[in-house]
Amino acid sequence: MQDILSQYETVLEADVQTWFNVGVVSDFPENSGACIKYKSKQIAVYNFARTSKWYATQNLCPHKMEMVLSLGMIGDKDDIPKVACPMHKKNFSLKDGTSLGDEDLKIATYPVKIEDGNVYIGFSD
Amino acid sequence: MKKVIVVGNGMVGYKFCEKFVAQENSKDFKVTIFGEEPRPAYDRVHLSEFFDNQDAKALEMAPAEWYAEHGIDLIIDERVSDIDRKNKTITTAKDRSFSYDYLVLATGSSAFVPPIKGVEKEGVFVYRTIEDLEGMLAYAAKLKEKNPNARAAVLGGGLLGLEAGKAVMDMGLEPHIVEFAPKLMPRQLDSRSSQVLQLKLESIGLNIHLSKATNQILGDKRITGMEFGEDDILDVDMLVVSAGIRPRDELGKSCGLEVGVRGGIVVDNKMLTSDESIYAIGEIALYNQMIYGLVAPGYDMAGIAVEQILGRTDVVMPEEIDMSTKLKLIGVDVASFGEPFMPASKGHSIIFENKTQHLYKRINVSLDGKSLLGGILVGDAADYNMLHQIYLNGMDIPEDPAQLILPASEGGSSFGSAMDLPDDAQICSCENVTKGQICGAITEGDCEDLASVAKHTKASTSCGGCKPMVADLVNETLKSLGKEVKETICEHFDFNRQELYDLIKINKVKDYQETLDLFGEGHGCEVCKPLIASIFASINMETPNRQVGIQDTNDRFLANIQRNGTYSVVPRIPGGEITPDKLIVIGEVAKKYDLYTKVTGGQRIDLFGAQLHELPLIWKELIDAGFESGHAYGKSLRTVKSCVGSTWCRYGMHESVTFAIEIENRYRGLRSPHKLKGGVSGCIRECAEARGKDFGLIAVEGGWNLYVCGNGGATPKHAILLAEQLDDETAVKYLDRFLMFYIRTAGPLVRTAPWLDKLEGGIDYLKQVVIEDSLGIAEDLELEMQGLVDKYECEWKQAIEDPKMMKRFKHFVNSDDTDDNLVFVPMRDQKMPKAWG
Ligand code: SRM
Ligand SMILES: Cc1cc2nc3c(=O)[nH]c(=O)nc-3n(C[C@H](O)[C@H](O)[C@H](O)COP(=O)(O)OP(=O)(O)OC[C@H]3O[C@@H](n4cnc5c(N)ncnc54)[C@H](O)[C@@H]3O)c2cc1C
Ligand code: SF4
Ligand code: FES
Repeated sequence: MQDILSQYETVLEADVQTWFNVGVVSDFPENSGACIKYKSKQIAVYNFARTSKWYATQNLCPHKMEMVLSLGMIGDKDDIPKVACPMHKKNFSLKDGTSLGDEDLKIATYPVKIEDGNVYIGFSD
Repeated sequence: MKKVIVVGNGMVGYKFCEKFVAQENSKDFKVTIFGEEPRPAYDRVHLSEFFDNQDAKALEMAPAEWYAEHGIDLIIDERVSDIDRKNKTITTAKDRSFSYDYLVLATGSSAFVPPIKGVEKEGVFVYRTIEDLEGMLAYAAKLKEKNPNARAAVLGGGLLGLEAGKAVMDMGLEPHIVEFAPKLMPRQLDSRSSQVLQLKLESIGLNIHLSKATNQILGDKRITGMEFGEDDILDVDMLVVSAGIRPRDELGKSCGLEVGVRGGIVVDNKMLTSDESIYAIGEIALYNQMIYGLVAPGYDMAGIAVEQILGRTDVVMPEEIDMSTKLKLIGVDVASFGEPFMPASKGHSIIFENKTQHLYKRINVSLDGKSLLGGILVGDAADYNMLHQIYLNGMDIPEDPAQLILPASEGGSSFGSAMDLPDDAQICSCENVTKGQICGAITEGDCEDLASVAKHTKASTSCGGCKPMVADLVNETLKSLGKEVKETICEHFDFNRQELYDLIKINKVKDYQETLDLFGEGHGCEVCKPLIASIFASINMETPNRQVGIQDTNDRFLANIQRNGTYSVVPRIPGGEITPDKLIVIGEVAKKYDLYTKVTGGQRIDLFGAQLHELPLIWKELIDAGFESGHAYGKSLRTVKSCVGSTWCRYGMHESVTFAIEIENRYRGLRSPHKLKGGVSGCIRECAEARGKDFGLIAVEGGWNLYVCGNGGATPKHAILLAEQLDDETAVKYLDRFLMFYIRTAGPLVRTAPWLDKLEGGIDYLKQVVIEDSLGIAEDLELEMQGLVDKYECEWKQAIEDPKMMKRFKHFVNSDDTDDNLVFVPMRDQKMPKAWG
């Protein structure tokens, strides 16, 4: 299980090597999450349609190592955009992947860009 | 800079650090704390919670970074092995030396293991550290693999032993409690309350063996049994010893500090040992010739040592220490306070007992009848906080003290409000917070709700026992300031559920996003989204297919998400009645998609392990055979359970299956604040368990008796009689009114029983509304319900017929691949997800 987790590391915009096209905007449900595949990775993509903001994180919830985060509800807490895992409702910041509860859990985040109606996720490999 | 060394990073050692750094002049000191365990101090009081989640982090008193942030050196996994008092240094097991100006011993206690022949055998555990629990879990798992009916015993029927008993029971082992004394909790309870407790524990499945002295532990290498007398043997596969504690005074002894005859380092009321530079606090300190096996006195001691070291030498430990305790065994209320047993010369006792309800309450009152000296509560400890406060603060009690414990129906009155307490009344004994501080945080500080008061004062953050009282104080204080106390649903909406329900309905709001625009702020969250989804469903009977993004994950996919992210499918089987042909279809579908199949507790069949993309395919086959969604995932009507009734049963009075099917079909798909379950029994033998449901009908001479507001689950409640001898039509009419009234007014995720509990006027008021139409809304409620019933549509069918809705049943947006992380393992000819690591 641990090696599944270890393939997910936060990518900063500056370190992007590949902008991977994952579809068009309308493929992604508004104000919720969806999952895409890149090589062996599963990435959750979140479309905050109210403000046209997009976020991406690993799909794997580090709590019980389940591929479920894209199924969670999104929203915000104290103005921080977040996702709540559907399993046990652990909350993660979509800005930096930190847990918004007391747990010592963290998820990797990836940059998203929208160009000409296409959605791209940034990877460093 | 002066150096303080704390030995022992347990609950009290940690509390010392916390209290120390909170003081202004602590900056002149360097604190170093040593702990022998492999992790920073954790909440031992709530150790049993580790069984639920195996989340050691969640128990931490503070993360390791906290110590660093406060300039404290935390050294864990390193035992202090020696104290050199002359040179004021300590040495650790890793042979490192450190010097001190003040030394604080907080080494706590270890579990006492009586010298019984064979206790060293494999499978014998104590219950003190996270490692102990991990050991038990691993051992129990191995046992259960070999024998699903494995048994575990707990040696000791005290406070901790009972907690351990519940823990082994929850681990799935057959639990046995073995106690030497002739009663349970001998230190806290009198014989009668002990008996009531025993009955209650037996009723939840604990086996209790009293007056048993264990001679030896049987078994070759591993424990196989316990021997009490020659022919008196209990076969067990595992044993948890919980026979008391022994202070860890080995350090004190070896450096020549004064220790008690039965252990413990002697301290005075300054927490000073026989050495002027050495303090002892917590479960190692022998104060008043006592080791106090509770955390609250330990916290007080930590506070005293802090004051002493920082120079406020007049602050000392009080003479009397409150030993009141409330047992936190889930499901059984037990508490004792003050003087639980009392000699007749000091006062008199008032006892209220109801054995069938497993209820026992005793209070001890002074001879002049003016003050409360102590008491015992078994079965219902709701009044514990108030009684404890009355006792602690020597408050006046009513002329007839019996009122303090009698149920309201028998002349008792709820006595006293938390606001009547004096300002210096200690509300939170763990964190030593007074009523004045709690109310002051609002009147003088800028706290405005329970959360901020808890954060600011620390009240209720430790054991949490005082939380109801703190909440009362906060609410009452806010009220007295003219501030409205409102249970708003979350940070995005400043309204409660009922207000939002009305706002959405009256303003004909079209969807969640508009609700947020009109009445809320931000993006919403996992609390307000499903709640508002449920409101839309209750107003318009809309299915989750319309506003997909605001549904809880289960509703979003019209199926229940399972442990590994797969889903379960539960078709509706109204009243539990099913034809052989339909059974065959279920079997064929399950076989085709390789689904784990189980009969549920709700009289229907659950198919587990379907992947997202398979759901529409499975539904299609089921729908073609005449099935529809069972809404097992929704906060909605689940099942109306039936018994076979007069059609077959020789006792049946009416056709319970027919009526159950009629009702289930009437309310199918109905969304509500929490799930709804019903039951219909054909006679008072009640085989459908109708009184364990939100609504239940029981056939009697002349019609149906209608019961409402019951449930099983975590806090079981029997439903209460609403009306008698109804014909079918009237029963449905009352049900319509009752359900609609509940849907309109209940808080989010509040089931009917707790809703009724909070409804002012209770069942009598509900009868007036539903039967006598005292609010003049009955017709309205009926029409509204009929409107919803008429609009019903199967949401599975709706989803598979619309290609746009179908898009969501795919694991990846950009690929037709399926989730390759799923691992199933075989189990009894079927499969299950691989267990969580
Ligand atoms: C499948 C089933 C267990 C079984 O294998 O038999 C079950 C499974 C779950 N129950 Fe249940 N309950 C099932 C019958 C019951 C019953 C028995 C009954 O209905 O007669 C009860 C006690 C009766 C009652 O509800 O009053 C029951 C009381 C609960 C509770 C506690 C409710 C409460 O008010 O305290 C929860 C937790 C909750 O709803 O918050 C719960 C929650 C759950 C959840 C939804 C937990 C979760 O979120 O995953 C489980 C869903 C599994 C799934 O995917 O289907 N389940 N659950 C039963 C489905 C019945 C059905 O046909 O729909
Ligand atoms: C399962 C359970 C349930 C409980 N429930 C309750 C309850 O409901 N209410 C209540 O009031 N109390 C309860 N208690 C008791 C409560 O946990 C103790 O009173 C409290 O933990 C005492 O704190 P302490 O810091 O004195 O000792 P501990 O918490 O035992 O801490 C002492 C620490 O010092 C370490 N140590 C010992 N010697 C050395 C050394 N030489 N060098 C370095 N480190 C050393 C130990 O390893 C330990 O980590 C419960 C206890 C248990 C086990
Ligand atoms: S099915 Fe019900 S009782 Fe069983 S584990 Fe799930 S929630 Fe608990
Ligand atoms: S698996 Fe995500 S919160 Fe538990």
